[in-house]
Amino acid sequence: MTSINRRDFGIAAVAAMLLPVVAARAAEEAPDPLAVHIDNFVFQPAQLMVKVGQTVTWTNRDDIPHTVVCAGKFRSKTMDTDGTFAFTFTAAGEYKYFCSLHPHMTGIVKVE
Amino acid sequence: MSNHDHHDEGNGVSRRKVLECMTWAGTGVLWTVTGGVPHSLGLIGSAAAAEPTGMTFMQISDSHVGFDKPANPNAIGTLEEAINKINAMPKKPSFMVHTGDITHLSKAAEFDNADRIISQSKLDVHYVPGEHDLIDEEIKLYKERYGKGTKGAGYYSFDAGGVHFVGLVNVVDLKAGGLGNLGNEQLEWLENDLKGRSKSTPVVLFAHIPLWTVYPQWGWGTEDGARALEYVKGFGSVTVLNGHIHQVMQKVEGNVTFHTARSTAFPQPAPGTAPSPGPMKVEDAKLRGLLGVASINFKQNSQPLAIIDTPLQG
Repeated sequence: MTSINRRDFGIAAVAAMLLPVVAARAAEEAPDPLAVHIDNFVFQPAQLMVKVGQTVTWTNRDDIPHTVVCAGKFRSKTMDTDGTFAFTFTAAGEYKYFCSLHPHMTGIVKVE
Repeated sequence: MSNHDHHDEGNGVSRRKVLECMTWAGTGVLWTVTGGVPHSLGLIGSAAAAEPTGMTFMQISDSHVGFDKPANPNAIGTLEEAINKINAMPKKPSFMVHTGDITHLSKAAEFDNADRIISQSKLDVHYVPGEHDLIDEEIKLYKERYGKGTKGAGYYSFDAGGVHFVGLVNVVDLKAGGLGNLGNEQLEWLENDLKGRSKSTPVVLFAHIPLWTVYPQWGWGTEDGARALEYVKGFGSVTVLNGHIHQVMQKVEGNVTFHTARSTAFPQPAPGTAPSPGPMKVEDAKLRGLLGVASINFKQNSQPLAIIDTPLQG
């Protein structure tokens, strides 16, 4: 551990203050790489690539409830409007999932 | 769209004709069974004018009690209006069928509210579940309330006024990428249920999701619906009543009349006319023209079952 002098501390403090601004801007510009949104009965993106250990969060933005079901792997509760479901992928593979209420809605998460 | 059977070129039912059948105003369908063939009398208002004789029953659907989004912030209020409309009919219907999505989220309070309002009709109500009625954690509330004496997830049959009624469940065990689903067990039961019945017995099948393929891109159809229709082929009069799509759609194919009823809660767009089948927000003044009930009249030895779709207003 090195001690932080007064000047460095000042820079760190300013950087810390700026960080939320930068992060917020980044969120506006680039979509969260670990988020799937449900809009108009569609999972977006329909295909997501993630790494082992990462957590994907689904958010329902429709006025109708949906679910996220991957046979034998995970099953969300019914998500009403703005409801979310998160799942952490601990093994590599291809996870095909669908909405058990509207089975024409399908998606896939590829984990490597 | 070109290969869907609701505009079967062979039978001369053009796409245009089908679209003409898609009336938009309505509260409910009044069905009448005449000469063994159910036909709709039209909207409730005109049904009343026609003074149907013979057995009449009501169909209501998709009440979505608990729904409070912009498309209709007061789904409970419009259900109440629909029931009032039924209570005001000059001839009291014999009973009612509800083709599912009683509630929006299968909450106990939603079932309670639906019951409190629908029971004001003082009619026997024969239910089948919609997918919205089976999403409570333990998936037990629907079965506890409406499933007594039923098989599987809630299918059953009964006879009334010389007509054989079959309530089917096509909203469970749905497969990824697929449509509504009846499943082997239920289909075998149906085959046996119909076996040995006189072919002159009028048959009414009712289920939540359309048994015929309306628009697979939106999941509007039943994967194995054709098998169910196979079992009713020999019968002189078959009427198929569904909900789910929140709009009136009708087609006749040989001995089978297909009909979907309006929702009492919110309208949904015509197939392919919107990015999704979700609730359609319309001007407040137009909403009640798109919600409704249906009444069905059956007259022995004369005409087909008559269906009357009646909007809440208009």
